[in-house]
Amino acid sequence: MIVTTTKGEMDDSLLEKKEGSVDNDNESTTWVEYWLDGELVHRSAHVTLKKMPVLAGAETASF
Amino acid sequence: MANTQSMCTSFLGELMTATHNFGASPIRAATTADTFKAALYLASATLNASTTVYSTTGEVTGTNYTAGGVTVTNATAPTSTNSSTTAGVGYWTSSASLVYTTVTLSTAFDTVLIYNSTQSNKAVSVHTFGSQTITAGTFTLTMPSNTTTTALLRLATT
Repeated sequence: MIVTTTKGEMDDSLLEKKEGSVDNDNESTTWVEYWLDGELVHRSAHVTLKKMPVLAGAETASF
Repeated sequence: MANTQSMCTSFLGELMTATHNFGASPIRAATTADTFKAALYLASATLNASTTVYSTTGEVTGTNYTAGGVTVTNATAPTSTNSSTTAGVGYWTSSASLVYTTVTLSTAFDTVLIYNSTQSNKAVSVHTFGSQTITAGTFTLTMPSNTTTTALLRLATT
C-alpha cells in the first residue's frame, strides 16, 4: 500500500507502522502512524464523536 | 382530555431554521440553508460557551489547512420529536464527516468550532476531543448519530 509521507509517497513495506485507539464516553478514536528510521513521516487520526452538549431545561412560564 | 402546559416541540426544530423571530434579525438573502463551517483549534486555545464568532486566534495552522476550516455538509434538515406530553427535542447533525485531507498539523489540537459563515461567521457550537497531531495525513471527524440523545445539536425541554 502506498502511504503519503513527509518524504513523498512510499510503500508501507519500507515503514514501521504503529496504531492506537481511544474509546470513552465522548469519542471513539483511532490513529495510525508510519515511521522511517525513527522519524514520524505520517500520522492520521479518525475521531468519532459520541455525545454532544445539549441545551436542556427550557420551560414555559406558569401563571 | 386535558391541557398540558408545555413548550411546543415543533418550536425547538423551528428555532434551528429561523422560523421564529422575537427581535431584530439579520436580513436573510435566501430561504435556503446557511453555509456552516468547521474550524480546528489548538489545545492551548480558549473556546467555550462564551465564544460568539469564528476567529483565527488559536486556530490550527499547517500544510494544506485553510484558515476557516472545511464546509459542513448539511443535507438533513433539523428534526423535532416529542418525548412526552411536556417535553421534546429539536436536533440536527451534519450529514457527513468533516475531513481535512493530507494536512500537517504539528501543534496539538483538540477542538472544532462549528460556525455560520453565511451569517457573519457567528459561532454555533464547540466540540472537544482527545488531543491530536497530524503528519502528512488525514484528520477525519465523524459526527454522532442523529438521534434525540446523541445529535450534534440538541435543544431539549424537560
